[in-house]
Amino acid sequence: MALERWFRRQRPTRGDEGSPAGLWLKCPSCHAQIYRKDLVANLYLCPECDHHERMPVDARVAMLTDDGTFERWSGHILPVDSLEFVDTEPYAERLAAVQKKAERPDAIVTGAGEMLGERVAVAVMDFSFLGGSMGSVVGEELARAAERAAEEERAYVVVSASGGARMQEGALSLMQMAKTTVALEALTERRLPCITVLSDPTTGGVTASFATLGDLVVGEPGALICFAGPRVIQQTIKQDLPEGFQRSEFLLRKGMLDDVIPRRELKARLATYVRLLRGAPVDRERAAERVKVEKPELSRAAVL
Amino acid sequence: MPLSFEKPIDDLEARIRDMQSYAEEQQVDMGEEVALLENRLATLTRDTFANLSRWQRVQVARAPGRPTAVDYLEGVLDEFTELHGDRTLGDDPAVVGGLARLGDHSVVVIAQQKGRDTKENIHRNFGMAHPSGYRKAIRLFDLADKFALPVLTFIDTPGAYPGIAAEEQGQAWVIAESIQRMSRLGVAAVSVVIGEGGSGGALAIGVANRVLMLENAVYSVISPESCAAIRWRDAGAAPQAAEALRLTAPDLLEQGVIDEIVAEPIGGAHKDPAGAVANVKAAVSSAFEGLRGLDRAALLTQRRQRFRKLGRFTEAA
Repeated sequence: MALERWFRRQRPTRGDEGSPAGLWLKCPSCHAQIYRKDLVANLYLCPECDHHERMPVDARVAMLTDDGTFERWSGHILPVDSLEFVDTEPYAERLAAVQKKAERPDAIVTGAGEMLGERVAVAVMDFSFLGGSMGSVVGEELARAAERAAEEERAYVVVSASGGARMQEGALSLMQMAKTTVALEALTERRLPCITVLSDPTTGGVTASFATLGDLVVGEPGALICFAGPRVIQQTIKQDLPEGFQRSEFLLRKGMLDDVIPRRELKARLATYVRLLRGAPVDRERAAERVKVEKPELSRAAVL
Repeated sequence: MPLSFEKPIDDLEARIRDMQSYAEEQQVDMGEEVALLENRLATLTRDTFANLSRWQRVQVARAPGRPTAVDYLEGVLDEFTELHGDRTLGDDPAVVGGLARLGDHSVVVIAQQKGRDTKENIHRNFGMAHPSGYRKAIRLFDLADKFALPVLTFIDTPGAYPGIAAEEQGQAWVIAESIQRMSRLGVAAVSVVIGEGGSGGALAIGVANRVLMLENAVYSVISPESCAAIRWRDAGAAPQAAEALRLTAPDLLEQGVIDEIVAEPIGGAHKDPAGAVANVKAAVSSAFEGLRGLDRAALLTQRRQRFRKLGRFTEAA
């Protein structure tokens, strides 16, 4: 019995978590075996079914900004463990380990760039860094980027991916919800657009603050977007949840999102939004542009 | 029913009562003995409450018999007149709003109401608001701005309600909107955390110029139980989680999250509700007094900067 359970635990799980060198992955949606390189070359979309996998921050920044235009702003402020928070492991040690792995101080990258020629500031959250949780540094980077975008007359595009506030930083992490909200006023005062892209997953205090306060709020296909996570709700109400509950498409039907935009079209659509909101004529050719990614030659995918 | 650490206090109180009734029955003077025990009781109570662990404070903050928001509305304000409904979805009983007088001034009040008994708790959904509750708050913020009335909020909630309808109706969206709307008030706003300040659901009505907190209230990014379940994978680790989260009034004053601690009567607000109400009334009145000189622009700027600067980090060289 015990042995059987042990074998069951050994079955391959999704994705490459914990094994960056993993060559083969299984699509969580269509279960096809995917060659890792194919996935990376395809904007982290499943080559078989277009399932939107989570995308690393640097790839996201590269996808959203025109080649050679991105100038990084973030990275000059460092998190501190002011509560000396210890659970099963000290927060300071967790933080140090993930900083080393990610090669950045916290769960966000911000900077300036051009998006099909439009001047923008972008902020991209990193779910792989402590669940993209928002502590003082993430909040401060988001706030500074909004304020600098306003100063430099740039539209602000934020891609969220977060489990919510970072509980290891206590009530000050909660206060980042208010901080990021008031920082957006700098853009409002100058009538500069703030557009938020909710990617998988966007939950808790991030959803309940700046992420849903964009002038336009869009979702990526299939993204989990919620205040309380499905498990918490299930424990509270003790019922099964409806199919597709809290996913982008569901929220679009409920009237909570402006649109759900496939990743290949995201950059062009965001640039169109910025142009239209700022009253500039739309360049038809560019508006129709998709991020140029050829569907890769599949390396034996789906054969297995 | 006393909280577990209140047991010795409770026992001593019972002894004093017994002694008094014995003295009365037997027509004997036991004044000296009673005075001695009362002295001991005062010392014991003071010592117990001066040394509460964070987890014990969580229990005090949730204690049955602790004054709820409605008790403060009745005791702190005159002419409280309830206003119902959010104009869109319905009327959420977990959020009580209305107009009232505070001293010589009209105010708009918004309060999170837990129940005072089981029946009311069910009616109030244990103080957990649905989107409708936050929409009610938002429309009352509008009203306050239009008539230039100061805003007073009382915070006491385990958190915003996590349910299917709440999610479908955009719980996250309305909390964000409420935070934003309150931050944009052109009038003075004072918030008081009277019991439990549960995460974003509490902050939604806590973006004030002055944030006060009762001595034994707690205010946290997550409940100790949920934090324990996630970080320790054991809900039984709630006492450790409460310690780690630093969620008491002195902790939050030190972090700059609140501006002032309102003292509770010795033994906690549940021992002397009238005393707690009087302390809150004095503190709220003086908080508004302190904001009286500020005009619209100054109030907006002060509030925005107050929240903008919250956070701790270091600048890299």
